[in-house]
Amino acid sequence: MTQTKTAQKTRAVTYTKKPLSKRMRRAFLRDWQLLLLCLLPALYFLIFHYIPMYGVQLAFKDFRAADGIWGSQWAGFKYFERFFTSYQFWPLIKNTLLLSFGQLLFGFPIPIILAILLNQTRSTRFRKFVQTITYCPHFISIVVLVGMLNLFLSPRSGLINHFLGLFGIDAIHFMGDPGWFRPVFILSGIWQNAGWSAIIYIAALAGINPDLYEAAQIDGANRWQLIRHIDLPGIMPTATMMFILEVGKVMNIGFQKAYLMQTGLNITTSEIIPTYIYKVGLIDAQYSYSAAISLFNNIINIILLVAVNKIAQKTSENSLW
Amino acid sequence: MKAATKSKMRRGLSDRVFDIVNYAILGLVALAVLYPLYFVVIASFSDPDAINTGRVLLWPVGFNTMGYEKIFADAKIWRSYSNTIFYTVLGTTINIFLTMMLAYPLSRREFCGRKFLTFFMMFTLYFQGGLVPTYLLMQDIHLYDTPWVMVLLPALNVFNVIIARTNIQNNIPEELYEAACLDGCSHLKYFWKVVFPLSKTIIAVLVLYYGVAHWNDYMNGLIYLRDEGLYPLQLVLRGILVQNQASASMMGDVESMMAQQKAAELIKYGLIIVSALPVLVIYPFLQKYFEKGVMVGSVKG
Repeated sequence: MTQTKTAQKTRAVTYTKKPLSKRMRRAFLRDWQLLLLCLLPALYFLIFHYIPMYGVQLAFKDFRAADGIWGSQWAGFKYFERFFTSYQFWPLIKNTLLLSFGQLLFGFPIPIILAILLNQTRSTRFRKFVQTITYCPHFISIVVLVGMLNLFLSPRSGLINHFLGLFGIDAIHFMGDPGWFRPVFILSGIWQNAGWSAIIYIAALAGINPDLYEAAQIDGANRWQLIRHIDLPGIMPTATMMFILEVGKVMNIGFQKAYLMQTGLNITTSEIIPTYIYKVGLIDAQYSYSAAISLFNNIINIILLVAVNKIAQKTSENSLW
Repeated sequence: MKAATKSKMRRGLSDRVFDIVNYAILGLVALAVLYPLYFVVIASFSDPDAINTGRVLLWPVGFNTMGYEKIFADAKIWRSYSNTIFYTVLGTTINIFLTMMLAYPLSRREFCGRKFLTFFMMFTLYFQGGLVPTYLLMQDIHLYDTPWVMVLLPALNVFNVIIARTNIQNNIPEELYEAACLDGCSHLKYFWKVVFPLSKTIIAVLVLYYGVAHWNDYMNGLIYLRDEGLYPLQLVLRGILVQNQASASMMGDVESMMAQQKAAELIKYGLIIVSALPVLVIYPFLQKYFEKGVMVGSVKG
């Protein structure tokens, strides 16, 4: 109530028909302390995010260290052409998309299922217990996770291969086989993050009006019907939002993990655009080329995000903006 | 009437089946998550031969602490451990102040810069300069290969700012501000005397989020640090766990290749425990805060 009142008051202040300069001076006099508080955070974004954005022009230049970004000669779309015509272009796109969409396909529904199952659990203690355990791996660092994968999946001494051996299956070199890179990447991601990602859906489920369940039960609905007709529609807005956010990450899928899981043996599937940007840019020091690939990647990402957001807006009225 | 009882009974049965299946699935999920973690603990105390032949399953076999002894004797690990503690403590302190300093003004609906600053901040989520321009900038402003890059580059996280702003907006009553205003309290004073003390819970959440991120960070070290003396723990871990480079000092007194390899295995399990210890120790106590953070963040607006 009071908030709306203040909002109205503010609107009244900002929309009075005084000259702009006068209004600005009044706003400044009123808010200068707030502006002061924002100064350092704004400077942070300016320096660490906006100056590098300005440095993106590197992608259109022949970078020479002596001349700096500003002084180097323009090269037009040379580096983009080089990337599009390079023999690595299509494998990189394929690897990146297969990995991301694989992760989206398997990684996205599982937290939702987990949240629904947890929500249907009658014993609060059991639910809390499962929740506490499934959150845990989220806080393990990626280095440790990949270290654990190396240990568990080792062909000679690993736990998994010992287990497979019980069924007479020959040891599999998971970390060295290009065919196993994606399954291992995606499954370990689910192991690490499914519990954590479920929290947001659990919150959404907790927000559903309990009267709905009661009414449905009086009408004779069983548990499956409750899930189908109350739970699922209830978390749809949250799920849509999360889906859009996930799609927004498609091209930027886990550099850290992919880079750590990469070996000379699985490089044919594990080389994705983010790892390639790192190697070309910082290991081979081809700055302009790396910046061009990076910009290309970013633009594809934005296009995907905007497109999915539009589709979501049209079909379900849920969207980011 | 009869039909009604019958359908009710059938429903009771199907619900019971549902419950049993549900408990079974969730129990298996919990086991699948917990067992690998438990295995690391028992393996770190076991005889490497027993691990390699698959005899370690439920408890340590051939109990020994050789792995831990080697870890604790290694100067490089200690060095990186203390580096990480430094980055985490200093970095998180900077994070909290900057985040709250931005979150409070953004929570004031009448603030003239609110719209612009929100856009200014959100835009960086969608468009980034990318690796090379950031790398070159770090060199230009002489942060490259200094400890400062580890605390300044990740000084703010947009999602955490949104969490803090939403929390201030929803949990600190507007009446409080109005009352303070009448008493002639300025924004700066209100921020310091009212907003900060009343935001303890959300600050706990932020400390955890930022702290864990600093603790687990290896990418910034990989990209921006050359000097091994500055390496954070995760970068040293990467060398040992992923690239199999156990340091020579660790292996000094182990003679044969075979014995070296065995010790290396044990060191890996032990290191996982040692590196995750701080997070695992505080985890059970602060779990409710972790959750709360996600809940707050999930509120759109």
